[in-house]
Amino acid sequence: MAGAVVKGHVMSVRWGILALLTEGPMYGARIRSEFEQRTGGTWPLNVGQVYTTLARLERDGLVEGQEADDEGRIGYRITREGRRQVELWWTSPVPREDSPRSELVIKLALAVTVPGVDVQQIVQNQRSASLSHLQDLTRLKRGTQASPAGNDSGSDLAWSLVLDHLIFTAEAELRWLDHVEGRLQREAARSGRRPQHDHQAHDHQARDHETETVVR
Amino acid sequence: MARHAEADIPVLILEKLSRIHGSGELTVHALRRINLAVRAGELIAVMGPSGSGKSTLLNLAGALDKPTSGRVLIEGEDVTSMRPAALAAVRRRKVGFVFQDFNLVPSLTAAENVSLPLELDGWSPRRTRQPVAEALDAVGLSGQVGDRYPSELSGGQQQRIAIARSLVGPRRLVLADEPTGALDTETGDQIMAVLRERCDAGAAGLLVTHEPRHAGWADRVIFLRDGAVIDSAESAAVDERLMRSIG
Repeated sequence: MAGAVVKGHVMSVRWGILALLTEGPMYGARIRSEFEQRTGGTWPLNVGQVYTTLARLERDGLVEGQEADDEGRIGYRITREGRRQVELWWTSPVPREDSPRSELVIKLALAVTVPGVDVQQIVQNQRSASLSHLQDLTRLKRGTQASPAGNDSGSDLAWSLVLDHLIFTAEAELRWLDHVEGRLQREAARSGRRPQHDHQAHDHQARDHETETVVR
Repeated sequence: MARHAEADIPVLILEKLSRIHGSGELTVHALRRINLAVRAGELIAVMGPSGSGKSTLLNLAGALDKPTSGRVLIEGEDVTSMRPAALAAVRRRKVGFVFQDFNLVPSLTAAENVSLPLELDGWSPRRTRQPVAEALDAVGLSGQVGDRYPSELSGGQQQRIAIARSLVGPRRLVLADEPTGALDTETGDQIMAVLRERCDAGAAGLLVTHEPRHAGWADRVIFLRDGAVIDSAESAAVDERLMRSIG
């Protein structure tokens, strides 16, 4: 699972770098800054990662290193086969992979089968955390909308689209959590159990609270 | 985010608010001892499954319904013990509602709809002119739109009119019940942006929604279940660079 996520990330860096090189030869440092800028800085790359990827691309015959310049920097150029591969990449759908959130799926799948786990609490904890995350994303999006489009509007658009993706993902997770909760309630109703907060417990709490307030 | 100068005085306070419907075996605890404060500059979202008490909460906050116990304070005034006439005056002067289906008066123009609460409160049409123009301007509508009838406007424009009406003149409290429900995603986002702006400019907003996407615009989200607050979510003041490193 984690392996699939790492693999997905490695592949997207590989394709990203290759796609950038279709615009012309670049040094490693430039590739890194272009990649980060165009994806809104959401997936920072380290220099080592860039050079490791370039070495693999060179090994596979998709890029070739040029002569080092006076400062010892090596520029990379895409090969004909590299261009062909990028063309294929643009025209093929990205394979579906396990998302990092599948830990949540596993957690809930186990929670409904392992006895004694408060599934509703798990759902609510996650919902609350995911909503905070969604609030943060919405605030960032407001920030991008408020800032006037400058010379950099291309990368602003890219960042805004990346943010939209994160917002949609968070939204989908929250909807799924609502669905899980609804299913749990229906299942509980069918089997005659009461998963909901016990009304009497609420009343007890309320009364305790009241006593406390009066005492104070 | 601009905060109102009176940000520390809550515009709306709900204090140990309970509402029970029916009696005996048919008793329904619609709300159980809810405490909530909404300050100027704040937008608070209420979420929860149907029947969790969201609408009851909004009706009590807007003095449309009376609590079984507890108090509702609007701009410091306890409205729970008010007589109907005084209550109606509070609703005209201090509270604005925004509903899913806009609730505009079809036979009045957009500007007339916005000026309605002021005129009902005895303002002369002449005196309403400026606050109405300001309210329309604040929701991004001005010029000829004010002279059009609701049927001549898009859903998004109608909801902007409803928001303008809810906050026209001295009103600072806006209560919104699924205000984006009848709109497409893009227009819904625009309406949320307008609501957010109005709150940033000093209004206090309470929003009932089942859409996580729209709750994302709130400063705080509270979750209701069986009439009680079970949890809340708040946007953490995270560093933008940190946010940019997610994923």
